[in-house]
Amino acid sequence: MTVTTLVLKAGLSDLARNKWIAAYAAGFFIAAEGLFWFGGTGPQVVLSMLNLVLIVVPLVALVFGTIHVYASREFVELLLAQPVPRGQLFAGLYLGLALPLAVAFVIGAGLPFALHVRSGAGAGALAALGVAGIGLSLAFAAVASWIALRTDDRLKGVGLALGTWFVTTILYDGVVLAGSAMFSEYPLERPLLGLMLANPVDLARVLVLTQLDVSALMGYTGALFQQTFGTVAGTTVAVAALILWCAVPLALAARCFRRRDF
Amino acid sequence: MITVSGIRKRFGALDILQDVSLALRPGAVTALVGPNGSGKTTLIKIILRLTRQDGGALEVGGVAADEDGDYRRAIGYMPQASRFPDNLRVRDVIDLVTALRPGAPRDEELIGAFGLATEMDKRVGTLSGGTRQKVNASIAFLFRPALLILDEPTAGLDPIASGLLKEKIRRVRAEGRTVLVTSHIMAELEHLADDIAFLCDGRLRFAGSVAALLAQTQQSRIEEAVATLMRRERPPHAAAGPESVVIASGLPAGARDA
Repeated sequence: MTVTTLVLKAGLSDLARNKWIAAYAAGFFIAAEGLFWFGGTGPQVVLSMLNLVLIVVPLVALVFGTIHVYASREFVELLLAQPVPRGQLFAGLYLGLALPLAVAFVIGAGLPFALHVRSGAGAGALAALGVAGIGLSLAFAAVASWIALRTDDRLKGVGLALGTWFVTTILYDGVVLAGSAMFSEYPLERPLLGLMLANPVDLARVLVLTQLDVSALMGYTGALFQQTFGTVAGTTVAVAALILWCAVPLALAARCFRRRDF
Repeated sequence: MITVSGIRKRFGALDILQDVSLALRPGAVTALVGPNGSGKTTLIKIILRLTRQDGGALEVGGVAADEDGDYRRAIGYMPQASRFPDNLRVRDVIDLVTALRPGAPRDEELIGAFGLATEMDKRVGTLSGGTRQKVNASIAFLFRPALLILDEPTAGLDPIASGLLKEKIRRVRAEGRTVLVTSHIMAELEHLADDIAFLCDGRLRFAGSVAALLAQTQQSRIEEAVATLMRRERPPHAAAGPESVVIASGLPAGARDA
């Protein structure tokens, strides 16, 4: 096995027994199961779960991820004292954090759908919710790794993680809305599309809502996005941008890991 | 074995290491000593490439240390603080480092001596700090490395475990392997160290045999001799100490070790 695989395996063994990861999966399970219990159908539950996913997945990936990277520092020093290249070690450490988060989301949120949904209706939206949750887990775990590797002060690192969450999930859409109102006399379509691509939370929202045909709920940028790209093209662009949102912070974190002093 | 020459390291405005040169004598126990914040751990981390130096060279067996860290196959490292992922079992941690060094010979003597066989299936998070330190020590010696780097190895260990570890260090030396050890407890170096490297304010002020140190300071014990060096380097009301000493082969150049 390669260094990456070995370190990933250890990370999976550790986080598979982690009570916070178990609670995270259980939280999604209870929420989705509750929505079905109150009579929701597949697409309705997807829509309700979307709001939870957009807030909770980035929050947990950022805060848990940052704390986890800080807590692993002495272990990383021990591993770096072995004959291993830094790049391979980082890949194993990142995947050992991001995959358990993604898997916990898929199991927690997916199991109620497997138990209750008997028809294929809303399968596209459910798949999009899965892709959005996994994409947000991977992207924000990369951002958390980058923050924790760049910032030696743990308190400052966790503060930055919370700040990132606040900006991407709460503040961003408000600022975009305020900006579009202020500059409503100008043609804002292209800048707004660009702004939407710049936020993974918006991307994930659009990805799911384009499958549900509920453009009224998509906000200004989402409606514009669907109108401009249509469902298939919009989904492709959103997925591609979400992949970029995983790749760029991951590359920055990997660069930081290769260069930093432990 | 390992030679560092002209090592410099700054953290912000602070010079942590300034022109430090040291060659570890093969088959000897070298004690790296100095006051808190003198740069001991930083030097060790530079040798392991956990920390990158700003200047100077690191050679292993006469060859520049490789970027991928393959030279670390010859090194066993026991860091000052040990922390493993809480939910891994002791067995998982040992299996992981074993898998990272495929084909390496094994020495499980410390695992047996520390009684870790009964702890193997316990989660690391449930272990005491001392037991985690025993795991740490066992891992450092596990692959029969040619060079052992032990950073404050007895910190957190009970007297029995501490004694066992010191016995192990002596046996390793008897086998002709090299040990670099840091400690704040000078008394425990008395019958352990062959050579002393004394760091103060990021500069190597002395490097040589224990006998040379005792002769130079006119003391009979390492503890008093190191205290004498510290008083010389940091007199209460004097200016900064003398320039650094460059060591080529475990013995300092110039009159310091003469």
